[in-house]
Amino acid sequence: MANRIVIDPITRIEGHLRVEAEIKDGKVVDAYTSSTMIRGMEKIVQGRDPRDVWAFVQRTCGVCTTVHAIASIRSVEDALDIVIPPNAEITRNIVTIAHAMQDHVVHFYHLHALDWVDVTQVLSADPKATSELAQSISKWHNSSPGYFADVKERIKKFVESGQLGIFAKGYWGHKAMKLPAEVNLMAVAHYLEALEWQKEIVKVHTILGGKNPHPHFLVGGMASPINLDGAGGLNMERLAYVGQLLKDAHKFINEVYVPDLLAIASFYKDWGAIGDSKFNNYLSYGDLPTDNYRNPASFKWPQGVILNGDISKVHPVDLENTSEIQEFVNKSWYDYSGGKENGLHPWEGETNINYTGPKPPFEHLDIDKEYSFLKTPRWQGKPMEVGPLSRMLVGYASGKPEFKNVVDGALKALDVPVTALFSTLGRTAARGLESKLLADWGLEFYDKLIANIKNGDTRMANLEKWEPKTWPKEAKGVGYMEAPRGGLAHWIVIKDGKTDNYQMVVPTTWNASPRDPKGQMSAYESALIGTPIEDPNNPVEILRTIHSFDPCLACAVHLYDEHGKHVSQIQIGGSCSI
Amino acid sequence: MSIKNANRKTYYESIIESGYSRRDFMKFTTYMAAFMGLESSMVGQVVKAMETKKRIPVIWEHFQECTGCSESFIRSDHPLVADLILENISLDYSDTLMAASGHNAEEAKQESMKENYGNYILVVEGAIPMKDDGVYCTIAGRSAIDILKESAAGAAAIITFGSCSAWGGIQAAYPNPTGSVPVDAIIKDKPIIRVPGCPPIGEVMTGVIMHYATFGVLPQLDSLGRPKQFYAKRVHDSCYRRPYFDAGLFAESFDSQEAKDGHCLYKLGCRGPVTYNACGTMGWNNGVSFPIKSGYPCIGCSEPDFWDNSPFTERLENVPGMGIEATADKIGKIVVGAAIGGAVIHSIATNIAKKKELREAEECGEENEKNIKA
Repeated sequence: MANRIVIDPITRIEGHLRVEAEIKDGKVVDAYTSSTMIRGMEKIVQGRDPRDVWAFVQRTCGVCTTVHAIASIRSVEDALDIVIPPNAEITRNIVTIAHAMQDHVVHFYHLHALDWVDVTQVLSADPKATSELAQSISKWHNSSPGYFADVKERIKKFVESGQLGIFAKGYWGHKAMKLPAEVNLMAVAHYLEALEWQKEIVKVHTILGGKNPHPHFLVGGMASPINLDGAGGLNMERLAYVGQLLKDAHKFINEVYVPDLLAIASFYKDWGAIGDSKFNNYLSYGDLPTDNYRNPASFKWPQGVILNGDISKVHPVDLENTSEIQEFVNKSWYDYSGGKENGLHPWEGETNINYTGPKPPFEHLDIDKEYSFLKTPRWQGKPMEVGPLSRMLVGYASGKPEFKNVVDGALKALDVPVTALFSTLGRTAARGLESKLLADWGLEFYDKLIANIKNGDTRMANLEKWEPKTWPKEAKGVGYMEAPRGGLAHWIVIKDGKTDNYQMVVPTTWNASPRDPKGQMSAYESALIGTPIEDPNNPVEILRTIHSFDPCLACAVHLYDEHGKHVSQIQIGGSCSI
Repeated sequence: MSIKNANRKTYYESIIESGYSRRDFMKFTTYMAAFMGLESSMVGQVVKAMETKKRIPVIWEHFQECTGCSESFIRSDHPLVADLILENISLDYSDTLMAASGHNAEEAKQESMKENYGNYILVVEGAIPMKDDGVYCTIAGRSAIDILKESAAGAAAIITFGSCSAWGGIQAAYPNPTGSVPVDAIIKDKPIIRVPGCPPIGEVMTGVIMHYATFGVLPQLDSLGRPKQFYAKRVHDSCYRRPYFDAGLFAESFDSQEAKDGHCLYKLGCRGPVTYNACGTMGWNNGVSFPIKSGYPCIGCSEPDFWDNSPFTERLENVPGMGIEATADKIGKIVVGAAIGGAVIHSIATNIAKKKELREAEECGEENEKNIKA
């Protein structure tokens, strides 16, 4: 008999996510993921100055604190046909890279690791053996027996205090925890070190955008001007600061994150056969132009789609083609004016909230009806997985040597076949391998920025079309980028200098959405099917697979925000008709 | 407002006061040690810990938010967050950082709230949607409204981190689709410390908590409930470009020579003159920079309703949200108009002295502008 379990809240994510899963004979046989929060962001930006919208939509997510702003300014630039100067393009790449590295490390250590690492086991670890282990896999300096003894002592003191704080009621002693005590101690030591490092790398954003979280951006370029001989912009000291942070990041990723990832993964190889999406379709919009955003062929992260796990072929993607990307609401708390079964391209997108779920407090969602504040995006009618794994696979399948080297290297080190990439382990590993590439690219783009300035180009913004009077009466654009969690795109329609329609399709919407009209599951639900559950009361295995996607739920929900004149009808008992 | 935390009891005191004997207590600690997976030789240390004063329990709720405040919190340089959560506070519930999920997480929270009733700090990140019985934000099948009321009941004090829980934030921007409100619209019987900002500076967040943990009292607050040590000054007062404002030297566009030379960004929409925050005094991310220093005007993210005071790159006096007629040219009138119109910068409207100061600064700036044009 099937046993329905509910995990709500899913913690160690951004936002509010609920999972309902059916377990039979120790395995997940059915799963429903729901986003349970909405704010109305798209409705809020309607009618606003398109040059301001980045600041609003940036607040979609404070974890992905740069990505929505970049997608937004790109959408406006696309609509108004603005080409930004090379320094701005490079600087945005550096911002994106610094963010992705920070985000991946925080995800690995602070959001995901506690699914694999047993903190309480630290107390039985031998610091000397831990030191030997650490030194055998990395040259990172913090590796002496004394160092690990101190960390152990600190954790011991904490546990003895009787106040376990964030570690209370974790999955300690769970049968699914497989690491030797020493690996646990090493991982916990690096949990604490990573917490310190992550606040350093974001200073790249503080220098270039004034603060982090939520640095500032500018339609047409970047706000921070270059002035090597004045006091109001980026001078050598500021640039060198960025360079130093990128160097430190390169070291941390290569000497701490990647060795830890491979060490931990080697004890969980069985997860290379668990948690694939079954459909194995992977989408990457691509990003990090080495030439300019208008030229996808120049992207470090290539663009394309892989279907059915067939890495011999990469299919092209067109974000402007209204029949390629469409969103469905058949299982979502929304209505479409043309009927709930139709899909809409985001330029024609609507988000008319119609909550039909149970009234709180509730025990279960009504999964036979609508059950999420997420819409369901499809590419040519097919579900897609997005994220680091998709990017690594598209890069690998495109035959890019950088991608082949890191992927093949990791497969060899772990002694697993290429198919192990289509899994929970593959997703988690891809994030680390991608960080290795990002660390290299960060330094590369920094050198490029310096070289460009040296060539006499100090332009940081193209403001020819800053004034709304220079704009056409009506224009539409799409801005896309690769966020840490996957492909992100914003579609804007501008009318009379104001934002007329704004639609966001975000990574977690691709991955966490409910079923489409054909009954096809999206990646989260599908990946959960078949996941073994040792103890339904402590389903850490579900967390492993869900966390491997790096959920970011507020991102996903705000999609659902309203567009159109009938919004005020939301006020009537939660139902809204067009 | 000062709340003493001297009444926090040790586990030992609570147990004895509940009528149990020392012997019962010893038995309990032995079980506890076993539960925590500790060797029997460590029971003595557990006993000592339980007789020692506890770290302040903190319950951190997330409602309609973006987690940017939690992210900012972990950016804190002094104290480091690892030190704070291992040594100064006991973060008993935080759905961003805690190990447990689902019912385990909820249980951990319930146990802590019960055990520390009246003594824990409640942190709220995010606004609360009131429309349609709160269906727009539910956690574990319960509405944010219910959860907030329950968590607030046993709190010694509430800290609202970020402009969402302090003022309503972005979801409350026009047309406020889900009927979002700040914490003080619901909770009326508890001390509430407002720590606004989108997000607040990391060291401001940890600073407020450390102040309480170290000195045992809440920090002094201004008339709007903000800690004076961080919100007493306008960004304008502490801005490194301020001399250019006073001299009437302004950047007219981004990436211009004037912008590159560090001239004042007032004409590019800077909200520094109406924004109370520590950006200019402390800087962001351990003082590395702040928006104005990095070339973009302040958008006023710690002020109530700042989202509706846009376009952000429009100079203040031209902003329709400020509620003034086109003929008005003095910020003093803006403030009065705003107070009447409802798109309010309360902080100024309620503070005559600051208003006067602001008006003078504005007039001075305008005078300078005229001179420069002449």
